[in-house]
Amino acid sequence: MSLKKIRLATVWLDGCSGCHMSLLDMDEAILAVAKKAEVVYGPLVDAQEFPKAVDVTLVEGAVSSQDDLEKIRAIRQRSKLVVALGDCAVTGNVPAMRNPLLTRKMLERIYVEGVQQTPGVPHDGVPPLLRMAVPLHEVVKVDLEVPGCPPPAQSILLVLNELLEGRIPDLSSKVKFG
Amino acid sequence: MKKITIDPVTRIEGHAKIDIYLDDAGRVADTHFHVTQVRGFEKFTEGRPYYEMPSITARICGICPVSHLLASAKACDAIMTVVPPPAGMKLRELAHCAQFVQSHALSFFHLSAPDFLLGFDSDPARRNLFGLIEENPDAARSGVALRKFGQEIIEGLARERIHSSWIVPGGVNAPLAAEVRDRTLAGLPAARASALRTLEFFKGILDRFDQEIASFGTAPTMYAGLLDDGAGLQWYDGLLQFKDAGGKIVATDIRARDYAQFIGEAALKDSYLKAPYFKPVGYPAGVYRVGPLARLNVADACNTPEADRELAEFRQRCGAPAHSAFHYHYARLIELLHALEKIELLLSDPDILNPHVRSHAAVNCLEGVGMIEAPRGVLIHHYKVDETGAVKWVNLIVATGHNNLALNAGVAQVARRFVDGTQLKEGMLNRVSAVVRAYDPCLSCSTHAGGTLGMVVRLIGPDGGLLDEIAG
Repeated sequence: MSLKKIRLATVWLDGCSGCHMSLLDMDEAILAVAKKAEVVYGPLVDAQEFPKAVDVTLVEGAVSSQDDLEKIRAIRQRSKLVVALGDCAVTGNVPAMRNPLLTRKMLERIYVEGVQQTPGVPHDGVPPLLRMAVPLHEVVKVDLEVPGCPPPAQSILLVLNELLEGRIPDLSSKVKFG
Repeated sequence: MKKITIDPVTRIEGHAKIDIYLDDAGRVADTHFHVTQVRGFEKFTEGRPYYEMPSITARICGICPVSHLLASAKACDAIMTVVPPPAGMKLRELAHCAQFVQSHALSFFHLSAPDFLLGFDSDPARRNLFGLIEENPDAARSGVALRKFGQEIIEGLARERIHSSWIVPGGVNAPLAAEVRDRTLAGLPAARASALRTLEFFKGILDRFDQEIASFGTAPTMYAGLLDDGAGLQWYDGLLQFKDAGGKIVATDIRARDYAQFIGEAALKDSYLKAPYFKPVGYPAGVYRVGPLARLNVADACNTPEADRELAEFRQRCGAPAHSAFHYHYARLIELLHALEKIELLLSDPDILNPHVRSHAAVNCLEGVGMIEAPRGVLIHHYKVDETGAVKWVNLIVATGHNNLALNAGVAQVARRFVDGTQLKEGMLNRVSAVVRAYDPCLSCSTHAGGTLGMVVRLIGPDGGLLDEIAG
């Protein structure tokens, strides 16, 4: 019996890519995952556009810019299951450390006070920041949260293997905080 | 004027987009490389205790967290005015070399090899690590194994592969276990053989990429890198040197605390990534590059035998200095080999097991700068604190920032050479993305990146109408 491959996407919003690196830290197991899943979108592939019918999307990072917000809404519409992968997606974590600050002042500190030439906050072809960086569940429905900074590779592997088999994983013994 | 947008640039560490402007004849008139997100570490860390900085700033980047941990810990060492014990320094350097192995393996195998092995013009749906797993499983396995080798050393030292709290102000917080040393030494011959095989393979296919080599950001620039006393590569603790485009030394022996005399920063209106420049020349003419290619251009030697043999051949094949950004890949593979040789040297030193690995002190100086070579180039953390140790001011200059101006110029050059606006093909645009990939930019480091949905390329006519579109 030949099984149709699961359509898997991985997305990186406002995070550090550590969760994607932890995904790669499953080492050789990625070869087996590649047999069961087709990665149709993400930083590791030359995806053309976020596809219409994705089975599972792993999302790293908080929602921090206007682009992030539009992106996560479209992802939600086009994905059967959305997994918040890692603390930034689950709680806001490090990206949310800017939340007490006024965005304008923060940008001026970096791009006006923080330079010696051509001071000015970038505005041309770059997306505006949201007032606050927020976790995924603040803006879309999330089907599974996998905490950790980053989540251990073995937890990510468990999540993938279970989801690829059509089960929602039981993470009770695998969760790592921080 | 028509505009093509590549959004996002794929298979890079982070997201960026590129706008290509065409004139009425369909020729490339101008290009803009945008980095599309900013996180504000330089501002939101104000008020935190300085000793939290390594753990917080490691979260700038999950690919090279060890780089940020080290640069930050070195800035904290300066604030405490301590020198870590010799074994602490050596263990930091060991973790650093391990990171070079994993990061360079990632850049070469996971991100760029699909272009070389499957082809720049091959099916974009298959042109990735997973396509490589199916079509060239040996290459994919080599990449996975080399990356794993580096990550396992870090895990052996620090208990965690990513964002550990092992590197601390004053040194590291645990000595090396003998079994980790022995296990690593046992794995080294295979890792080195794999790195050498990869180098031989890459040299063998170089001729196929004549056109890319001739147009991938070949404009001569200055180069900057850290060197030891004898002008050899020194990733962890060297002094900064700048060479001009002809290979002449223009500034040398620059200590971390003096960086601001030589490096200025400019803001760009169309990118969240700032543009550092060489101050004595000024902005925007003071373009310089950092990273593997720059390091090999600046250094006289690697000071490990196999890497030096490869370096001699590199200079013969590519010139000195070598200017084509395509050669970043070649230089990266030589450095991968050097990192493995360096790991062996460090592990063969009996003092590496010395349990005295951390110095303790409180605030003794209100300012500190840490400077290292991250895998992608010079990384600088600069902190000012008050007497209690609360951070008052932070400046971070990351590797990819230094390359910002040259990268922009490289994108323009490749676009002019390969993009024909009258007959758009995906492979043309993949080459524009590939020049970005050659620099292995860490846009996560740079500010971090967001990006938008997928790559959609649209050709917009002068009246704003859609002329052509490539999308998934």
